[in-house]
Amino acid sequence: MQPFTTLTGIAASLPEQNIDTDKIIPARFLKTIKRTGLGKNLFDTLRYDESGAERPDFVLNQPAFRHAEILLAGENFGCGSSREHAPWALLDFGIRCIIAPSFADIFHGNCFKNGILPIVLPADICAALQDDATLGGNARLSIDLSRQVIIRPNGEEIAFEVDEFRKHCLLNGLDDIGQTMQLIPAIDHYEARLAASHDWMPGVMVG
Amino acid sequence: MPRTLFDKIWDAHVVEVMEDGTAVLYIDRHLVHEVTSPQAFEGLALAGRRVRRPDATLAVADHNVPTEDRAHGIAEPESALQVATLVANVEAFGVPYIPVTDRRQGIVHIIGPELGVSLPGMTIVCGDSHTSTHGALGSLAFGIGTSEVEHVLATQTLLQKPAKNMLVRVEGALPAGCTAKDIILAIIGQIGTAGGTGHVIEYAGSTIRALDMAGRMTVCNMSIEAGARAGLIAPDDVTFDYVRGRPSAPQGEALERAIEYWRTLPSDPGAHYDSLVEIDAASLVPMVSWGTNPEAVVPITGCAPDPAAERDPARRALLERMISYMDLTPGQKMAGTKIDVVFIGSCTNGRIEDLRAAASVARGRKVAPGVRALVVPGSGLVKAQAESEGLDRVFLDAGFEWREAGCSMCLGMNPDKLTPGQRCASTSNRNFEGRQGPAGRTHLLSPSMAAAAAVTGALVDVRELV
Ligand code: SF4
Repeated sequence: MQPFTTLTGIAASLPEQNIDTDKIIPARFLKTIKRTGLGKNLFDTLRYDESGAERPDFVLNQPAFRHAEILLAGENFGCGSSREHAPWALLDFGIRCIIAPSFADIFHGNCFKNGILPIVLPADICAALQDDATLGGNARLSIDLSRQVIIRPNGEEIAFEVDEFRKHCLLNGLDDIGQTMQLIPAIDHYEARLAASHDWMPGVMVG
Repeated sequence: MPRTLFDKIWDAHVVEVMEDGTAVLYIDRHLVHEVTSPQAFEGLALAGRRVRRPDATLAVADHNVPTEDRAHGIAEPESALQVATLVANVEAFGVPYIPVTDRRQGIVHIIGPELGVSLPGMTIVCGDSHTSTHGALGSLAFGIGTSEVEHVLATQTLLQKPAKNMLVRVEGALPAGCTAKDIILAIIGQIGTAGGTGHVIEYAGSTIRALDMAGRMTVCNMSIEAGARAGLIAPDDVTFDYVRGRPSAPQGEALERAIEYWRTLPSDPGAHYDSLVEIDAASLVPMVSWGTNPEAVVPITGCAPDPAAERDPARRALLERMISYMDLTPGQKMAGTKIDVVFIGSCTNGRIEDLRAAASVARGRKVAPGVRALVVPGSGLVKAQAESEGLDRVFLDAGFEWREAGCSMCLGMNPDKLTPGQRCASTSNRNFEGRQGPAGRTHLLSPSMAAAAAVTGALVDVRELV
């Protein structure tokens, strides 16, 4: 996983509430067996019309926001399915940070596993950042994860909260599995206990 | 200290707690399907890791499979590749797998309980948000992303923080025409699609206790539509009777010892919940969704909202968008809205009890002219059971299509899709834009309501037909 330390980039605003995972990446694009290549279908139905042509009014189709790395989203962003294709599509497009008043749980967790930083901030602060974003390439937001601040174009700093463990993983580009593998003795021990106390629990039998 | 059902299952599965409170949680059952697993197996292979507990894992293909004759395989190359990749992976890693042509094949959330793979008191995960279904057995079951699928394959654990506890208590007898589906749609309508965020919902009360396991699974299935990570119902004799005799469940004396343990799981009196929602079952009416998220529901006797009456501009814009996408007029009565397609199936309502409910409305009637109506059993075993009861004849005689098991028209990943602009009465769980096919329109409702829509050609109050 690519570490996330600091990021300075263009922010695009997509303030609609309840953007679900089917909107982020529709089901018909989930047939891939790869993690990459989904960026072209990110927000597919919002971004393209029935003929496949770009909708000029959609934010990521506008020249100033084509290279956005930060997404300013609305409430309950990422609700719906557990598909990790949603963060993969965002990452493949180039989004590394999403700022919203709230996220759906599974999507929120999936972001961290892919080097994307989701930041929760009160709605009024999100609205202020959306105003900044209207300046497009003329104004960039900076995010400093180790100090847990967003730096606005006017230099003002906005603090944000982040889970300690997830921050550590993001800063160092660590994937969880490698770390959990170090706990194998504890897992072995748990399994031995389980086998004794739950000896009635059979394995999966589909012979 | 008194503990909730969730607390008890959680405590029993904590391997270790890290300094910041993140727990290493042991996972008893891992269900795997073709869409969210290829990248996980790839990661495992690249790192030279093995599947830690194949005997706690079960794989099946459901999302991509066509629901017509299986003999011809899968025509669509990308779908075929995804299923072939699953087959190659289960072989390489020694994971138990139910082939597409096996009579036990079906939707992962139908077959887990059906085969006794999902049991009370367990932690159960799957790379699929509707894993919440299995919580009906009194297990902690939740959906995970593909990175977590890989994590479970490699370590049989997950890194998790405890959820908050929400109690949804439903009391009283269900009125005629109302089902488990109407209960859960009403709950989501009340608390909203983000109402359960950060929580595990425990459903309790006399109405829930009176539901059979199929109804309990319907309720827990849609917990995710309320934003909750999982839904739970305390195990009781209904649960134990359901589990008894299932192939992967404990048998004989072992089962009795298991039940003894499962009886200790229900929440203790006085256990703490972070929030409480109360529903009076007597107030329920058969429900239908009008918009493009599952909180946009009304009783079938109700109307689509009028956005002009909404003060909050963001909310008004959302209502306008939904009304326009759904091609409704503000204030339009839901009953009488013409439909093109009816879909009866999915992990929400693809069990035998659901098919019986639909068949009882379809019996002796005909699908309205111009309407395409599909019945898709949730598994091959459900299909066989329905055929042994003659339900296939009831549906076929009425003009429904009787298909093979799979996710089918719940989502547009296999040949069963809405075409743009089509309006569907669907027993599935999501009415998002394009969910059942690009530019398709979905109305969520119960199996009997769906059958009623099929035979009248429009959304209709099922109580008028029985
Ligand atoms: S039936 Fe629908 S909701 Fe259930 S697993 Fe399949 S696609 Fe997902």
